[in-house]
Amino acid sequence: MALPVAFFAVFFAYPVAAIVARGLRIDGAWHLGRITEVLAEPGVGQVLWFTTWQALASTALTLLVALPGAYVFARLDFPGKRMLRAVVTVPFVLPTVVVGTAFLALVGRGGLLDDLWGVRLDGTVWAVLLAHVFFNYAVVVRTVGGLWAQLDPRQEEAARMLGASRLTAWRTVTLPALGPAVAAAALMVFLFTFTSFGVVQILGGPGFSTIEVEIYRQTSQIFDLSTAAVLTLVQFAAVGAILGVHAWTVRRGESTLRLVDAARTARTPRGAGQRALLGAVLATIAVLLVLPLAVLVARSFDAPGFGYYTALTRTDGGTFLVAPIEAVGNSLRYAVAATLIAVLIGSLAAAALARKGAGRLVRGFDALLMLPLGVSAVTVGFGFLITLDEPPLDLRASWILVPLAQALVGAPFVVRTMLPVLRAVDERLREAAAVLGASPWRVWREVDLPIVRRALLIAAGFAFAVSLGEFGATVFIARPDNPTLPVAVARLLGRPGDLNYGQAMALSTILMVVCAVALLVLERLRTEPTERGVV
Amino acid sequence: MLRLDGASVRFAGHTALDGVELDVAEREIVCVLGPSGGGKSTLLRTVAGLQPLDSGRVFLDGRDLGGVPAHRRGVGLMFQDHQLFPQRDVGGNVAFGLRMHGASRQEQERRVRELLDLVGLPGAERRAVASLSGGEQQRVALARALAPRPRLLMLDEPLGQLDRSLRERLVVELRGVFRTLGTTVLAVTHDQGEAFALADRVVVMREGRIAQSGTPLEVWQRPADEFVARFLGFDNVVETTVTGQSADTPWGKLPVPEDSPQGPGTLLVRPAGVRLVDAAEGLRCTVAARTFRGTHVAVRLQPEGAPGLEAACALREAPEPGGTVGVVFDAADVVVLGGASRT
Repeated sequence: MALPVAFFAVFFAYPVAAIVARGLRIDGAWHLGRITEVLAEPGVGQVLWFTTWQALASTALTLLVALPGAYVFARLDFPGKRMLRAVVTVPFVLPTVVVGTAFLALVGRGGLLDDLWGVRLDGTVWAVLLAHVFFNYAVVVRTVGGLWAQLDPRQEEAARMLGASRLTAWRTVTLPALGPAVAAAALMVFLFTFTSFGVVQILGGPGFSTIEVEIYRQTSQIFDLSTAAVLTLVQFAAVGAILGVHAWTVRRGESTLRLVDAARTARTPRGAGQRALLGAVLATIAVLLVLPLAVLVARSFDAPGFGYYTALTRTDGGTFLVAPIEAVGNSLRYAVAATLIAVLIGSLAAAALARKGAGRLVRGFDALLMLPLGVSAVTVGFGFLITLDEPPLDLRASWILVPLAQALVGAPFVVRTMLPVLRAVDERLREAAAVLGASPWRVWREVDLPIVRRALLIAAGFAFAVSLGEFGATVFIARPDNPTLPVAVARLLGRPGDLNYGQAMALSTILMVVCAVALLVLERLRTEPTERGVV
Repeated sequence: MLRLDGASVRFAGHTALDGVELDVAEREIVCVLGPSGGGKSTLLRTVAGLQPLDSGRVFLDGRDLGGVPAHRRGVGLMFQDHQLFPQRDVGGNVAFGLRMHGASRQEQERRVRELLDLVGLPGAERRAVASLSGGEQQRVALARALAPRPRLLMLDEPLGQLDRSLRERLVVELRGVFRTLGTTVLAVTHDQGEAFALADRVVVMREGRIAQSGTPLEVWQRPADEFVARFLGFDNVVETTVTGQSADTPWGKLPVPEDSPQGPGTLLVRPAGVRLVDAAEGLRCTVAARTFRGTHVAVRLQPEGAPGLEAACALREAPEPGGTVGVVFDAADVVVLGGASRT
């Protein structure tokens, strides 16, 4: 427990606090009046308003589009389902930069829609909303669909035997049971879209700016640290509130549902209605999720003879000190290191949280662990720069800085994945092992580890993908001669010319493939038969 | 009242129901008995409309139920593990069916109170489902199923998850409730004790087919075939050839009742019909084991060169394991299977 606490204190709380302090302390005195001043600025009000309403709209739209998908994945059996489940998850772990790029290739200048019908959506809020749906589709399908698949279908049947029509049975029995999961998914989507950075940065254009984008602008372009600090605090407060509500819904939802083996509840589609629904969901996935990625890949091959890819191997001396292709190696190295850190910290924290009789304090830590997901990554990155540059923690020149920042984002995922499994290990299994003569360490080794191993691998995969895609913090701390893939993509996009654009597409494609491979490996692990003994 | 006509359901790889013919009369309590995976639950689900038939038809009160959706069939089903709605309290569960049928609020309250009284849980309306014991859940499930007054009530392993003493008490209560209300009941169970205690008529199912149908007494006394006999717990079953009132078996020549079917067949000796005598007389057997059964002692006997035998004898007459005894057979407890009660 001590290690995770120390980790988050030094690498999260301290940098964030330092940057807030730098913004609000002038000549050793706090200037809290700055907060009201900043909040009163019309520009800031506009940013807050836009951030909130686009997050609400994105959440509503995502639920609308993804809930039918959740049903299809939970209740229907069709060929290629496992593959498709991996496909819809790919966007979630894709770097925001790639998502932004993909939509640019679809709806931006010279994009597919522009070519076909002269329709351009970049710089409009629609592009942002669509990208958010694309990004968070899997959150809803996984959270809601995961629970839906485990709801006993006989509950609905019981309602039907008592005279409820199919629809009434769904409304009166299934919907209330799903409610907490839908709320939890909605809150997660809201959280991710509220703090959206890469997508808005690339697609939003000058008119649209979320708090996170504004923090980045204020910090790195206008150098107005006090405004950035106030915005950080605002975002912090909002995220804290969202996480509080989230923890509350999750706890409430865990109460009394009867769950069954998910493998038993899915059926082959029956009747025209179910088949039509399946078709509609598949079409949605094709248009909304697969098409943008396909266009991205297609654009990357637009130059003769893999021109954009070969260009990646050359140093042009301008944007990069090294050939862009080297970003692949950098990214992989950083991601491996970040994964190791995240898994170590995350599983220690999860183990501490899962222990029976964990007090209120520890429970509170549970919610705190989610904060790095919501706190401005830009702030964290900039905070790293100003706090970790002097002894005893002079890491500015060290390569470890990037993995540390990425692990901060990855660790919450590790905790989220491991905690339910650890909590679900039946205490009696441990007792049985102990009675048979196993020492506490042996109990852990023989009982806990085999059950948790799969969750551990999944957590590691998630942390890896998230580290690979981390942009907001990395963009600050990655050194010019060691860019990661998302940073390199963003830099390429920031420069004019077809060659740079094509290279960005090519590099995004590489990043996507790396992510997708990690994810497919994950999916294989996930769908292996569940070990018995997890109750 | 309920009639199944050649009902068949096939799942990938196996046939769950294979041309089942079944009639249930008004106010009759029919219990389908069979091992797990024998198609019993599928039978109920087809009647309920939760599982479409691959062929055959289901009639209720003479009306073909094909194409009638589950919620319009007017049949009730009590699920194996009750499937109470965890988000609703006891009253909300019992009132659910009434609400679906558009009953007024007063009507709902009145009926819920009435049913909770009936199942022995008066005043339990506001209790949470999660706070109920297994037996209480079972009672609430029964009240919920009865509330909309179904024309036919179906029970899937109604007492399956309860402990023995509770089961024995509840089965008597259930029968009382159904008698009082005049409910037509179709139940399925794998527990013969439950079936015999509950049913007017027992239907034994095996691999999607009906193996035997009759009153509990008929089925108990004259199992239709070796499967039914063994399922009922009889182990003294052998191949035989019957000539007149004598049957040729590995245990020697056994006396059989007068009207027994002739020729090759299968023969059952109820343990009570295996009488122990002095080792010098009858079939010579070694005593392999004995089990105290409360009212009697089950004695496991091993004759030389023949299948083992089980005998039931009074406590003080039971021989010590390892001893040698003689065995004679009582014609009244010898049954040549496949006799009159087969339908």
